[in-house]
This record gives sequence, C-alpha cells and structure tokens, in this order.
Amino acid sequence: MPLSYTILVIAIPLLMFLFLGLAGVKMGKKLTGVLGVCAMGVTTVIAYAVALTYFFGTGDGQIVDGVRQQLVLNDWTWLKFSENLVVKLGVLLDPISAMMLIVITTVSFMVHLYSLGYMSDHHGKPEKGFQRYYAFLALFTFSMLGLVVSTNIFQMFIFFEMVGVSSYLLIGFYYTSPAAVHASKKAFIVTRLADLFFLIGIMVLSFYTSTFDFKALMANPTNALASAQGATFMGCSVMAWALTCIFIGGAGKSAMYPLHIWLPDAMEGPTPVSALIHAATMVVAGVYLIARMFPLYVLEQGAMDIICVVGAFTAFYAAAIACVQSDIKRALAFSTISQIAFMMTSLAVSTADGALIEIHEGYGLGYMASMFHLFTHAMFKALLFLCAGAIIHAVHSNENSDMHGLHKFMPITSIAFLIGCLAIAGIPPFAGFWSKDEILVACYAKGMGWGLWMSMVAGLTAFYMFRIYFLIFFWKKHEIHTEHAPADQPWTMTLPLIILAAISIVAGFVPAGELVTWDGAHLHTQLNWSVAGASVLIALVGIGLAFKLYYKENELPEKMKNALPNLWEAAYRRFYMDELYQFITHKVIFQNISKPIAWFDRHIIDGTMNLLGDVTNSASYAIRRLQSGSIQGYVFVYLVGALLIAAVTMICVMI
Amino acid sequence: MIFSNILIYFVIVPLLTLGGLALCSNKGVKAVRAVAVTGASVLVMLAIYLVAYFLQARAAGDTSEMLLQSKVTWYAPLNIELALGIDGVSVVMILLSAFIVFAGVFASWKMDPLPKQFFLWFFLLSTGVFGFFISIDLFTMFMFYEVALIPMYLLIGVWGSGDKNYSAMKLTLMLMGGSALLMLGIIGIYFHSSPEGQPLTMNILEIAQNNAIPHEWQYYLFPLTFVGFGILGAMFPFHTWSPDGHASAPTAVSMLHAGVLMKLGGYGCFRIAIYLMPFAATEIGWIFLTLTGISIVYGAFSACVQTDLKYINAYSSVSHCGMVLFAILMFNQTAMTGAVLQMLSHGLMTALFFALIGMIYGRTHTRDIREMGGLMQIMPYLGVGYVIAGLASLGLPGLSGFAAEMTIFFGSFEHTDTFRRVLTIVATTSIVITAVYILRVVGKLLFGAVQNEHHKELTDAVWFERLSTVTLILGVAAIGCFPNFFAEIIRYSFDPVVEALKAVGM
Repeated sequence: MPLSYTILVIAIPLLMFLFLGLAGVKMGKKLTGVLGVCAMGVTTVIAYAVALTYFFGTGDGQIVDGVRQQLVLNDWTWLKFSENLVVKLGVLLDPISAMMLIVITTVSFMVHLYSLGYMSDHHGKPEKGFQRYYAFLALFTFSMLGLVVSTNIFQMFIFFEMVGVSSYLLIGFYYTSPAAVHASKKAFIVTRLADLFFLIGIMVLSFYTSTFDFKALMANPTNALASAQGATFMGCSVMAWALTCIFIGGAGKSAMYPLHIWLPDAMEGPTPVSALIHAATMVVAGVYLIARMFPLYVLEQGAMDIICVVGAFTAFYAAAIACVQSDIKRALAFSTISQIAFMMTSLAVSTADGALIEIHEGYGLGYMASMFHLFTHAMFKALLFLCAGAIIHAVHSNENSDMHGLHKFMPITSIAFLIGCLAIAGIPPFAGFWSKDEILVACYAKGMGWGLWMSMVAGLTAFYMFRIYFLIFFWKKHEIHTEHAPADQPWTMTLPLIILAAISIVAGFVPAGELVTWDGAHLHTQLNWSVAGASVLIALVGIGLAFKLYYKENELPEKMKNALPNLWEAAYRRFYMDELYQFITHKVIFQNISKPIAWFDRHIIDGTMNLLGDVTNSASYAIRRLQSGSIQGYVFVYLVGALLIAAVTMICVMI
Repeated sequence: MIFSNILIYFVIVPLLTLGGLALCSNKGVKAVRAVAVTGASVLVMLAIYLVAYFLQARAAGDTSEMLLQSKVTWYAPLNIELALGIDGVSVVMILLSAFIVFAGVFASWKMDPLPKQFFLWFFLLSTGVFGFFISIDLFTMFMFYEVALIPMYLLIGVWGSGDKNYSAMKLTLMLMGGSALLMLGIIGIYFHSSPEGQPLTMNILEIAQNNAIPHEWQYYLFPLTFVGFGILGAMFPFHTWSPDGHASAPTAVSMLHAGVLMKLGGYGCFRIAIYLMPFAATEIGWIFLTLTGISIVYGAFSACVQTDLKYINAYSSVSHCGMVLFAILMFNQTAMTGAVLQMLSHGLMTALFFALIGMIYGRTHTRDIREMGGLMQIMPYLGVGYVIAGLASLGLPGLSGFAAEMTIFFGSFEHTDTFRRVLTIVATTSIVITAVYILRVVGKLLFGAVQNEHHKELTDAVWFERLSTVTLILGVAAIGCFPNFFAEIIRYSFDPVVEALKAVGM
C-alpha cells in the first residue's frame, strides 16, 4: 500500500467524530456502534498496511544505506507566525510513528469492539450517551494519531491539547457523577499546567532555532543546540531550560511525579477508556515526545539527568503505592505510572559519550528498549484494563473486596488476566520479559545503582500485580452480591481479551532492535543472560511472596499492615500528594489569590470609581443652593460682592 | 461620488433599517423582526462581498495602504471629511460586526417589552460601529464612536436587568470619561497634524504621512488617546464598568458590546494612538504594557471566584481583551496580527457566551451558578454550545482562541529584552487560569446532579436560538481551523505601523 495513504488513518476517525457527533443523536445504538467499530476496523487495516510497508518495503527513498529514513508525507501550512516560524500540519513517518500507528489502532479497535458490550448498560441501566461515547472515542483516536505523526513540535503541542480535551470529555463521560466531573477537571488542569511549560519550552527553542520542524531540528542537533550561542538563564544554557520545560510538558501527560496526581482519579471514566487513553496511548505521549526529540536530549545531558532521576523515582513511588490499593483500577493506574516511568528512565539512561558502546554498538539501546516496552506495555496493560472492565461489569464494583474467588466464575477472564500479569512481571516468554530486560540492561550500563534500583522496582511490579491477581480470582470463595452470578462476558468483550492475550504472549518476539531505533539503523541486541536471569529470579520472588500472602485467605496481610500502620496508611493515601495539591489549589490559589483579587477589584478599584461619582454627587449637592432661583438671594449676593470690590478698590486707592 | 463606494452602504443599510423599523407599528412584532433580519442579512452579505473584494484587489496587486478610499468634505473650516477606506484589519472587523449583529437579532427574537424601540437603538448602535470601522477621518471616527456609545445607556437602562440604572449610568459615564480624553487627544493631534504653514488635516493617513506631531506633544497625546480607547478595551484599572454593565445588559446588547464595541478600543489604540504617535508609543508604551499584562492575569484570577455567569464572562473579557492591548503594544507584525485574531476570536466567543447565558437565564431566571446544576441533562443543545464556547475560551486547537493566543505569545516572544519576556511568560500563565475558571463553571452549571427540581421541566433551544448560536459557533470554528486565511488578510495591514515604529527606533 502506498505510504501516502497514511493520511486516511487520521482522516477516517476525524470524519467519524464529526459524523457521529452531528448525526449520532438521530441514529440507533446498534447502528452507531457497528459504524464506529467498522470505521475503526478499516482504519486499523490501513494503518497495519502502511506500517508494514514502511518497515518491510523498500520503496523509493525509504531506506538509504541500510538506514530507515524519516518520510514527510504531507505538510500543510496551518498558520504563519512570521516568515520563519510557520506552523504546519502534516504526516511524518519514521520507525516510532509507524509503530505507534499500530499500537494506537490496535488498542483503539479492541476498545471500540469491547465497548459494544461494556457500554450497552451502566450498572444494569441502559446507557444513555452511547452515541456520544463513540463520537468521543473517534475524536480521541484522531487526536492521538495526529499526535504521533506530527512533523513539527507545534503540531505535537496542538495534538497534546486535543488529546487532553478528548481525555477530559471521556473521563467526565458520566457527567452526572460529581467524582467524574471533578476527576476530569483535575486531569485537564494538571496537564494544562504541564502544557504551559511545554509551550514555554517551544517558545524558547523555536526562538533560537527559528524552526518548529522536527526534521530540520534533528538533522543537525549540535547546530540546533548551538544556535542559542551560549545564551544562559540562571546559570544554565537556555536550551537546557527549553528541553526541561518540554519534558515537563511530557511529564504532565505521562504522569511523572509530581504531576501524576490526575491519572489515578482519571479512572472515574469508563473502563475501556482507561484502557485506551490512560494505559496504552495518551499517557505514553510524554515518552513519545522525548523519544521524538531524542537527538537533542541526548546532547543536553543536564536535561537527561533530570528525566532520569524523575523517572527512576516515579517508577518506585508508583509501584509502592500500587502495593496497597484496594480499588483494582487505581492499582492498575499506579502500575501504569510505574511502567511509563520505566520507559522514561530507559530513554534517559542513554548518553552521548559512547559509554554504552562496549555493551551494544551505539548508544541507542535505551531508546530502543523504551519504545519496545511502550509497544508491549500498551498491549498487556490494555489487556489488564479490559479484564478489569469485564470483572467490574460482572460484579458492579471496583473494590477487590467485592471480587475474591472469581476464577471459577470467569475462567477466560482469569486466564487472560494471568497472561497480562506474567507479561508485566517479566516472565519469559511473555512480552514484558523481552522489553523489560532491554531496559534493565540499559540501566545497568548507566551504572550499577540505576540497574539495581530498577530491578528492585521490577520485583515490586511482579509482587503487586500478583497481589491483585490473587485477591481478585482467589483468596476466598466468592460471595455473590448481585442478582445473578458473575460470568465471562459476551463475545464482544471476550474476543478482545483473547486477541490481546495472544499478542501479549508473542509481542516479545518482534525484532524491535531491527525496526525501532533512534537513527533508523539496525541495532543488534542479544539477551544478556545475567541480567535476564537475575530479573526473572526477582520477579519469581515477588510472585512467590504474593502467592504466600494472598493466594488463600490468611492473617499475614493484616499483620503486615498492623506492623507498619503509618507507612501503610501513607501509601494507601498516596503519600498525601492529593492533599498537598488540594491545599495549594484551594487554600493558596483560590482563597489567598483569587478571592483577595476579586475583593480588591470590587472594593478598591470599583470603590474608587464609585467614590468619584459620590464626590461629584455630593459636591453638586453642596453647591446646588447657589442656584436657588430666588431673585432676592441673587441681588443680595450681587450687592455684597459689589460692595466688597468697591471696598477693596477704595483701600487700594487710599494706600 | 461617494455613493459609488460600497463602504458607505455599511452605514446606509443600518440607517435604512432604522427607517424601516420606524415605519413599523408598535404592535407589529413580525414586521419588526422581518425588517431587522433583512437589515442584518444584507449587512452579512455586504461584509462577505467586502472580504471577497479585498482579497481580489490584493491578489490583483493593489498594494495601497487603504482600499476603496473616497472622501466628502462636510465641515470645511476644520477640514472634517467623511473619509472612507479600509485595510485588512477593518475588513475583518466589519465581517465580525456583521456576524454578531446577525446573531444578535436572533438572540433578541422574543425581546419584550418594546421590541421596535429595542431594535431601533440596536441598529443605531450598529451604525456607529460600522461607521467607525470604515472611517479614516479622526473626527468622523469619533462621531461614529459616540453614536455607538450613547444607545448603550438606553439599551441597558430600559431593557436591562438587576441594578440596571446604576450599571447603565456607570458604564456610560466611564466611557464618556474616555471620550473626553479622546476628544482632547484628537484636538491636540489635529493642531499638530501638519508641518508649519501647511493646512491642517483630520485624515489619519495624511497625519501619519506628515509625521509632524512634535515628540514632546506625543508624550501628552499618546496617553490621552490610548487611555481613552483603553477604557473601552477594559484596560486595568479602567475596567470596572464591564462587570456591572454586562451583568445588567440584555443579551443582544452584551453580545454586541463585548463582541464588537470593546473591539473599537483595541482598534482605536492601534489605528490612532500608536500609528500616529509612534515615538511616544515606544517611549512610554511599557507603562501600558504593564497595565495590560496585569489585566490578563488579574481578570483571569477574578473570574475564578465569581458566581454570576455574566460576571465570570465580564472578567474573562477583561483578561482576553487585555491580551489584545498587550499584543498591540508588542509592536511587531506577528503579535499585532495575533491581537486582531484575538479580537475576532473574543468577539465571536464572548457573543456566543452571552447569547447562551441569556438563553439559560431566560429559562432558569437565575445566573448564579450555585443555584444551577446538571443543565446538560435538561438542555443538551445549550449545554454543548456552552462547552464549545468554553473550550474556545480556554484555547482548544481547532477553535478560535488557540490560534489567536499562540500568535500573540510567539509574537511577543520575538522581543529579547527581559521585561517583555517576563511579561510574556506571565501572560502565558493565563492559559492555565482560564482553564480553571472555565472548567469550574462548566462543571457546576452543566454537569453533576440537577440542583433545582423545577429546572427539569425546562425546554431546550428553539430554532432562532439555534440559528443564533450556530452562526457564532461556525465563526469560532472557521477561525480555529483556518486561521491563516484571516491572518493573511490582517498581517500586511500592519506594515505601515511597524514601519513607523521602526523609524523611531523600535
């Protein structure tokens, strides 16, 4: 298939959004659903065809000297700021964008299909906003696809905003629930704050380099960085500032500490949405952004160090919280944060000084591993979320205390969930093993400390995932709360689980090193047995521990909780980050900035204006007696005045 | 002959509509509506034709600063002329005004009481607005400016709500105060309009050409004119007429006022204050730049805690209009283009907001967001409209606000001095604060549970309301999706101003 068809991949969801948005009200549910799924199916097929053509085709200009080229397929002028700075909208095809096309369309298609069943009712009642839901899904898919094919950083920013809004609309889908409304607002505002930094970063970067275009920037990153001509701000080069600001933008979307607070709350949205947006696609936008600008970052070590520290910390922080959450979706959300942090760290451990050359040729291992993990994680995390959706749909609750012992009732879901857990825990041959192994190798190459830290987090990952698994499907016999016993869900919901489970098993065998590298050239990777062996061992320990603690009902978890009550409480309350934000937004900004300003405006500024009016009023009132209209009064004043003047004149003359 | 100039019809059509309305009987609501709709439609068509004409003329290589110039002297002793002419900025402003007048007519479809009189004043106001944008003679501009201001007093005082007498009085007096400063400024400019010994002139182009205003005089005249127009543009600290005025004004008047009238301020600032006195602009512009920078953040923060829908929007307007003046004072082509885009964007978006608020108020009889909730379930059409307006306001790409604000930010960032850089960064923070207050109001008003049981019986928008809002939404989307079309019309109109500023060392 000609690569120029890529534009269709983006256009179809957009048209679908417009069509469903405008005409959806008039259409039946079934028609809407089928139309949405079919359109997404076609989009997926085209995306696969395009991506495969890109990866394995040898068409004109695709591969030069064994290096896969970046191809700009379309580029339309959207807005001209000045002669140099022109915002274009276009399609850029390179290894990572082609890979992302596959990831997004696959998960999106699965979610479209799954939602046919999931969204047909809401806790037993027929769902009202079905058409709206499919319209928003299409809008999100369009925005996300537009994001990954961006030809320039401004287009990236535009679509960052677009996915932010689609996410807002979908989190707040159940808009009658105050929790959902609050969560959607929070998600939008936190990511908007991050986008503010992104914008400032773009302003600085584009001011010095006079271009938004990725290709122009990356063609010669050294020159791009040098264009600031040593300009500094507070002791650091402006470029380091710009790149750090841009990273903050990415960190907002990718839920890096401390901007992660919106993601757990975002679970208020429908579960398929969580799978699509808040597990597989939108939340990796930040990682994708850094990967897209990798050649610049790798030369600006200061910015890289920040990313590295933030990533490594977030990975542990989120994993620790995930260990104690009782809400299944929130636990998965923290798991997502931790896994994205893995990708971030993996990108950031790359250094330009060639330190990694001894292990692998080129320093692109971390990059490759990060993108590879992005791909596998999208598959198994979407799987896990969709399983969670099936469970929630069956028991009408998010709390794992209402689940327990579901294995007998929902065998297919149970096995699919187990596959997801094995994949994320990094047990061979499941997908996560291969990608996580590469990440750990890259981390060990940066330094023993980094490697050990990340290995420890990987062990924690295995533990908390299997904790969830055992608590849901085993622990004790299931008590049926609802009218009928929970069971595997209809085929529209089960089929996506089976497909994603199958992908999670085999995805690790994709030769990522040959396909997705930062410079388009082959990267020869081989399994590092010592790292792989160690990480499998750690994962098994984590699983074993979870098995011991949570397979069968016992006293141990409670004892552990009581042994360290404060720590447990702190982790359960997410280390009080939400309270801190609440304090800053409500107490500081709302009460101490907005309110005083509003008061100042009404009482001081407006008061001054009113005072002017009042003074004028009372002054006129005071002097109005002068215009009394009585002739006697006027004559009297006239006479007094005349006499006074006469007197003064006389005195003057006499002197 | 001046009647062969299409521009004059932008004044004649509203005047004819006035005449038509005067002929209608007081009881004949249908006839009144028919006349008003006809007048508004003709204006829209004229405006679209004007855009086409402008594009064609520019494409054909006509590079004169103002197109369609013609003049008639109407008071020779003071050289006052009815001088007409348009450049890209006036063209888009005329287009904006026509659309808002059109939408405003439908928004006041059920105006009660005295529909005929309402539309009379409404079209008189429009006459002033169009007259202002087509004039290039200082005095004529000023006259039309006053024609646009005075009807506001009656429109609010008679058809308003709440504390309308106070609001109408306050608004009129403050704007009249601005006019007084402006009058002084214009007289000052007039007496220095030409070099010694040559006849004086009121024509803006000639004054700019002569460039004869002595620098020491510019120090007085620039603040007079800038503040005079700035008051109308809701510049801090002269913005307090805006919240009360908007809160009391009837829907269509709020629309026209925020949508168009406030734009006269920004337009005048650049066309008269900066263009004619570039030296003072570069010397003391920083004072006003600081004030507008404050406006942006101050208005946004104030909007965060308001509970009256119209107050929220009024403060939001302070913030957005602050952005307009802020960008104009950045003195470069990009930022100034952004300023005009922002005027268009803010005009349509705020008109949309006020239209929707009016429609919601007409149903619930309250504008207090604490007393409403869950309206999305009851009136989905109005709810969706409100969300779209909100998203445009907080700068969603694809809707108008984003393109305008980005142009402003990137234009402002072209300056390398720390002062302007810092102000630009401060201005950018408004995108977050705007999101806060917009999402707050959307969340409280539309989402959540229905607050008031009586609201459940309310109905959704009817046809004329839909027509009014759809017109505006299409405008918002058109600017958002194809900003370059508008930006290209606007951009080169700033060449003369930028040249003039460069000549004095900007």
